[in-house]
Amino acid sequence: MTYVRAFGRFWWDFIVGDDWRVAAGVALALGLTSLLTHKGVNAWWLLPAVVALLLAGAVFRPRKA
Amino acid sequence: MTTSTALIVAGAFLASAVEMVEAVTIVIGVGVVRGWRSALIGAGAATLVLAALVVVLGPALTVVPIKALRLVVGALLLAFGLQWLRKAVLRSGGYVPMHDEAEAFRREQEEAAAAASEERAGLDWYAFTVSFKGVLLEGLEVVFIVISFGSAQGKLGLAAAGAAAAVVVVVLAGVLVRGPLERVPENTLKYAVGLLLTSFGCFWGAEGAGVHWPGDELSLPVLIGFLWLVSFLLVQALRRRPVPLPSGAEA
Repeated sequence: MTYVRAFGRFWWDFIVGDDWRVAAGVALALGLTSLLTHKGVNAWWLLPAVVALLLAGAVFRPRKA
Repeated sequence: MTTSTALIVAGAFLASAVEMVEAVTIVIGVGVVRGWRSALIGAGAATLVLAALVVVLGPALTVVPIKALRLVVGALLLAFGLQWLRKAVLRSGGYVPMHDEAEAFRREQEEAAAAASEERAGLDWYAFTVSFKGVLLEGLEVVFIVISFGSAQGKLGLAAAGAAAAVVVVVLAGVLVRGPLERVPENTLKYAVGLLLTSFGCFWGAEGAGVHWPGDELSLPVLIGFLWLVSFLLVQALRRRPVPLPSGAEA
């Protein structure tokens, strides 16, 4: 079990890193983009805008030392 | 060669160069202190494992429908690339120390000198395992980038060639210098890689979600320019702040 947890932890750190909000924001933005395109809106502008906001939020958000 | 293909090769080359500089620092640091044989065997074994991952996982992903693949790869690249870009912005803004290859080399040598001697399978086990782990862990990021770039665009061979070229260049430089490659502009390269990873993630993620980019592939350089501008403005804003934010991000 320790190895399984360590394996999961490694991939979590590798992909998500120390700010899960960024990964959650990416998932939400992609979901919303998919929803809009299915409704006929070519929402190419949505993801770059959300990525810019996520980056700004991640940069200015205080973190544990 | 199309714009996106050139950017894929450049991205794989730069990402591989950055990670290999760190891996070469570890191998040389250990090799100088503990002897070259075990350190080089460790590095070679890790390189074989990494190459096997590309050979096995790369073609396996071609059976996944391209739209679904781009959605998943885009999401992963965005999450992964934003980590790189955030750290690059924090470094450039003065909130996280720049990565210092000479300091990393010195630390590696100190630890290698202090470690106990243990022989297994005719190898200096410390030199073997540290080299193996160093190359494997640094190389995993390269493998991830090569596979994601290559599979999403159907150019696995080109992405792998870009990464392999960087390995050759960095290893040759390491052999010539026999010390830390501190003159490589590592922090600038990391910034560029962060921008490319995030831009490709955005491009493919949106395509996978059904978006048609205006101008198709020509929107990719525009996207890179937009994200560079955003990151540049964030760096300027950070530099104007009087007190650095506490940050857990490492260089």
